[in-house]
Amino acid sequence: MDVAAKVVEVITREQHLPPGTVTLNSTFSELGIDSLEGVNILFALEEEFKIDIPDAVAQNMKSVTQVVDGLTRVLEGKDISDLVAIAKGSTPAASH
Amino acid sequence: MGQNGRKVVITGLGVFASTGKERESFFTNLINARSGVRRISQFDPSPLSVQIAAEVPDYNPTDHFQPKRLDLLDRFTQFALLAAREAMESSGLEVREEERPRFGVVIGSGMGGVQTFESGCFNVYARGATRLHPFTIPKVMHNAPTSQISMEYGAQGPSFSTSTACSSSAHAIGAAFHLIKYGQADMVLAGGSDTPITMSMMRSWESVRVLANGNGNPASACRPFSADREGFVMGEGAGILLLEEYERARRRGANIFAEICGLGMTSDATHITQPSVDGPARAIRLTLEEGEVRPDEVDYINAHGTGTPLNDVTETEVIKRVFGEHARRVAISSTKSMHGHAMGATGAIELVATVMALERGVVPPTANYTRPDPQCDLDYVPNQAQERPLRAAISNSFAFGGLNAVLLVRRLKSDPM
Repeated sequence: MDVAAKVVEVITREQHLPPGTVTLNSTFSELGIDSLEGVNILFALEEEFKIDIPDAVAQNMKSVTQVVDGLTRVLEGKDISDLVAIAKGSTPAASH
Repeated sequence: MGQNGRKVVITGLGVFASTGKERESFFTNLINARSGVRRISQFDPSPLSVQIAAEVPDYNPTDHFQPKRLDLLDRFTQFALLAAREAMESSGLEVREEERPRFGVVIGSGMGGVQTFESGCFNVYARGATRLHPFTIPKVMHNAPTSQISMEYGAQGPSFSTSTACSSSAHAIGAAFHLIKYGQADMVLAGGSDTPITMSMMRSWESVRVLANGNGNPASACRPFSADREGFVMGEGAGILLLEEYERARRRGANIFAEICGLGMTSDATHITQPSVDGPARAIRLTLEEGEVRPDEVDYINAHGTGTPLNDVTETEVIKRVFGEHARRVAISSTKSMHGHAMGATGAIELVATVMALERGVVPPTANYTRPDPQCDLDYVPNQAQERPLRAAISNSFAFGGLNAVLLVRRLKSDPM
């Protein structure tokens, strides 16, 4: 499965963006994706890939590359302890 | 500001209902006794014993909203935004940057985003979903219309939502009236929205045994004050009015539809569903007192008039108790006979009808009236609109739970410019 292509497709769809807008190099901030839209994309990816994305991984997903990397690690069952360490002290994706 | 507060007027009207998606067609349908009740189309109602409702027909959300925006809007918020747009357009109001903190939004809803919540629950319970869409909360919350409207118009003043079942939007408009009267805001968009036509909601109301069963003839199912009435018909819609401080409205040359001058609020404190006479009667007296309007100056009562056997008898008794002999002269009608019972939106939709009646001197009828009930023996304007000059009018809202709100409007007395 081409994880990267699927990620680009999901983000494009969820953000209602014209095809071609989202590239592997795009960051969420460049794409104008706010915190609520970010959690919506995570939800869509979880549904698409039939997985749970742990909060520690989710918090490090702020660009298309990071999403692809994080998803790949979850899909392959790799160690995410470095992300857990980074996540400590950081803020949740949505407030209120 | 004097001790008695500032004068408040209505300068914008917006409505989105089964009987019309804007105020002109809405009012024309009412005065022609045209019903908005039909067989339910939002889902297959075949399993229900009551398969009819006052639905907004031919509604396509993408005609009104961008797809990205729609992701965050439950149907009840969509309706509220559409009614708010009409209220703003009809007012001609342009809010300057520095006025935004004095511009508020108060919107009532009885059920909130029940459609979104119901489909989410279906996924959880029936399909075993382990997570719900992250937009569920911002779509379902009762204050979603208030927040979305305040964002659309940059209204940064006092803003909140009310939820008192069938009185939700009357309370909202009343609260907005007082915000302006007592100086906390200069302009407020106020009203209500509800879209409770879902399988679960219909099932819930079915079991209370208060719905009219008119599957064979939906348009005449709801017959308030008529001896053969069977109950109410579930409705949906939104009504939103722009309330504005009078001097401000006058300075900008606004078209003033009416003055809003009274709010009476009471609680029966007796029974969770059964209405009392005392609570509503006190609410009417309070609104007249606040507006300094004598009972015999009230020429029209837009009744709560649900069409249930109990409500209509009680409301008739309430009107007799407050108005005495004048009860036999005042025009009373239930427009719910046509636009159904739009729950938390109904008070606002009915106030739009009341204001238009006042402005034009035409009382919309109680549709589907067939024969008198000895216990309901007043002038309910049966089936035919009546042209008559109206000085003042009240709109009654009596909620399940005994929470009453009555609004008083009158023609603006012409004063020197």
